[in-house]
Amino acid sequence: MMDALILARMQFAANITFHILFPTISIGMGWVLLFFRWRYLVNDEAQAKRGWLNAYRFWTKVFALSFALGVVSGITMSFQFGTNWPGFMEKVGNIAGPLLGYEVLTAFFLEAGFLGVMLFGHGKVSERVHLIATFCVAFGTTLSAFWILALNSWMQTPQGYEVINGEYHVTSWLAVIFNPSFPYRFTHMLLASALTCAFLLAGLSAWQVLKGTARLSAPKVLRVGLTMAALAIPLQIVVGDAHGLNTLEHQPQKIAAMEGVWDTERGAPLLLFAIPDEKARTNHAEVRIPKLASLILTHDAAGEIKGLNEFRDAHPPVLPLFFAFRTMVGVGMLMLATSWLGWWLYRRSGWRAGRLPTWLLWGLSAMTFSGWVATVAGWYVTEIGRQPFIVYGLIRTSEVTSKVPAPMIALTLALYVTMYLSLIVAYIGVLKYMAEKPEQLLQADAADQAAMPGGAIAAAGSAS
Amino acid sequence: MNLMSFDEALPVIFMALMGIAMLVYVVSDGYDLGVGMLMHRATPEEKDVMVASIGPFWDANETWLVLGIGILLVAFPKAHGLVLGELYLPATLMLLGLILRGVAFDFRVKARDSHKPTWDRLFFGGSMIASVAQGWMLGRYVSGFGEGWNYPLFAAAIAVALPMAYVLLGAAWLVMKTEGALQERAVHWAKIAWAPMVGGLVLISMATPWISATVRQRWFVLPEIIALLAIPLMTGVALLAVRALLNSRLVCGVVSWLPFVLLIMVFVLGFLGLAYSLYPFVVIDRLTIWQAASSPAALKVILFGVCISVPAIAAYTVFSYRVFRGKAGELTYA
Repeated sequence: MMDALILARMQFAANITFHILFPTISIGMGWVLLFFRWRYLVNDEAQAKRGWLNAYRFWTKVFALSFALGVVSGITMSFQFGTNWPGFMEKVGNIAGPLLGYEVLTAFFLEAGFLGVMLFGHGKVSERVHLIATFCVAFGTTLSAFWILALNSWMQTPQGYEVINGEYHVTSWLAVIFNPSFPYRFTHMLLASALTCAFLLAGLSAWQVLKGTARLSAPKVLRVGLTMAALAIPLQIVVGDAHGLNTLEHQPQKIAAMEGVWDTERGAPLLLFAIPDEKARTNHAEVRIPKLASLILTHDAAGEIKGLNEFRDAHPPVLPLFFAFRTMVGVGMLMLATSWLGWWLYRRSGWRAGRLPTWLLWGLSAMTFSGWVATVAGWYVTEIGRQPFIVYGLIRTSEVTSKVPAPMIALTLALYVTMYLSLIVAYIGVLKYMAEKPEQLLQADAADQAAMPGGAIAAAGSAS
Repeated sequence: MNLMSFDEALPVIFMALMGIAMLVYVVSDGYDLGVGMLMHRATPEEKDVMVASIGPFWDANETWLVLGIGILLVAFPKAHGLVLGELYLPATLMLLGLILRGVAFDFRVKARDSHKPTWDRLFFGGSMIASVAQGWMLGRYVSGFGEGWNYPLFAAAIAVALPMAYVLLGAAWLVMKTEGALQERAVHWAKIAWAPMVGGLVLISMATPWISATVRQRWFVLPEIIALLAIPLMTGVALLAVRALLNSRLVCGVVSWLPFVLLIMVFVLGFLGLAYSLYPFVVIDRLTIWQAASSPAALKVILFGVCISVPAIAAYTVFSYRVFRGKAGELTYA
């Protein structure tokens, strides 16, 4: 029988996993849309202009859908802090409260408010107002990420607080926000979002090229996606490495679990594969490269890595971390290979999508959602890696759990998971349908625009 | 009576902010949800116009709930855990309903045509589940999560009445935002919803003091009761005016906006009555706002952000309603 704590964690994990899929797309996509919008405005050549406009309108639809899913699952999050972890806000409410508050106030509203104008206002407000609205939406999503990651990073590497009667109070907001792991985690997440978008752009466009739809926009978007991916992935590898070093400094047991290191050792090998066994406190079926883990993590082949046995009762579960980390890195390597090869082949073909080999287009289509896999795996590493603490080293998750009975949590967990799985299937299905029938979509879009209440084109335009 | 110090006043400020956020949520998402619950009565073409009439707004409307619950979470963390722990199941159902409603909204225009009726049904179902759950939660909250046969009955009554109020509000929104046949049908829908909504409101107004001694003492004492009579009287006048408007031909003409505005007034009055009943409790008879509040230092930090962002939010809400003013469904540009 599973206890309420595990169920509450599973439920929270299910929600936050589902939620993060969509902001990961919308954070990057906001800026991509701004870029499309800008290319449309500065281009003089009619054919290219229409291509960029089509790209903008098509991807706005994708953005709107992703954003809506992000909003509805985000509302769930704001409830679950209280329902699943009531003790968390009671203890650290003075720190988490303002950070969450700023996320809602400055960012959520900036997005949702300007989103209406961005999605439905093209043609109803002036080009300039519309461009500003698009910028505000992109900026809002990024700001949103800033506050949430500040809070999450504080939970990983807390500082700038004092404890009075069991409640945490802030001594320095700068120290709280710019805590040691924040710059790394924030950059890592923004790049993850860029990569997720890049592969979504490239994947859906490759599919459109294969199906012969969206002839004006797909080659352009494919080029944007591949270029974005090819530029972001090396950066991501460098940032990821720096993030790892930072984690080693502040949360050594997380690294030990990621690498499957049980006993402290110098010159630790890199395990390509193993099956960590927490009962026997050892690994089975190891495939190792000598000294490489020490070299990567300490930049010294004889560097010391602390083992899990030094943190008995205070280290995270090893198996999920070990595999989640390998999944993330594996997908990252695949991204590097695909994006560079794809970019090079596309350039060699003179940016003519029709000349690209079919296997490459199929490969890119298959990797449409690879960003999701890597992002979720990465978050599992960092979040499960914080266990058994909710605030690292200070508060255990078991101390803040709710008194809701386990069967009740199990029931709602089942409801949420069913709904989320169906929605992911529906989301991917609709994206595929949209990619194959962009013309119908854009026509329906025009009809929609016509049905929208308006009549303020001139008024709003002249007022701006 | 001594004047409160600023630190003591902070929880009051946040309670007011939370109340306003919840009020704006109930009114603004109320008409969305109401339109959603009317969907099954409309023809496919009318459905498109109905969805178009709320399309630019629903995202922002729903974020007021996040703001309200967000303030509860960040300013009154102890109450957040208590309230949402008590409302665990209905809150979950409401969230699932809101998720269904929200995604159906976006999916219905993007999915293939054969799937559209399914998304429309989910849109209707999601709106209905969310509204009923909200009514139940409101009933449980107002009665302080009491135990006994009468408390769930009270909550069930509100769980029926609140969706009716939303339907009336949604119909009034359609009267304002549409024209022609759909507008006339919306008038008809509003008439149907009027009586149950008024009945529910009267029932709740009488049941609340009966179910809570605290509320009884607040209202039924001289001389307060004389001053307070203004609230039910104005509510009654506004509701009768709505009915009279719905019965006249004027409502399809120049004053098509009036029933909606009058209904907003009814919601505001109801909110004021409720606020008067509850203050200074955040959970009636159990937790006052001062007991539940975060430290003054934390509240000041949040207040700083509130002072910057809330005026901005208000400004662009006005802007957005201005851009999308006028009737839905009319061809406004070539």
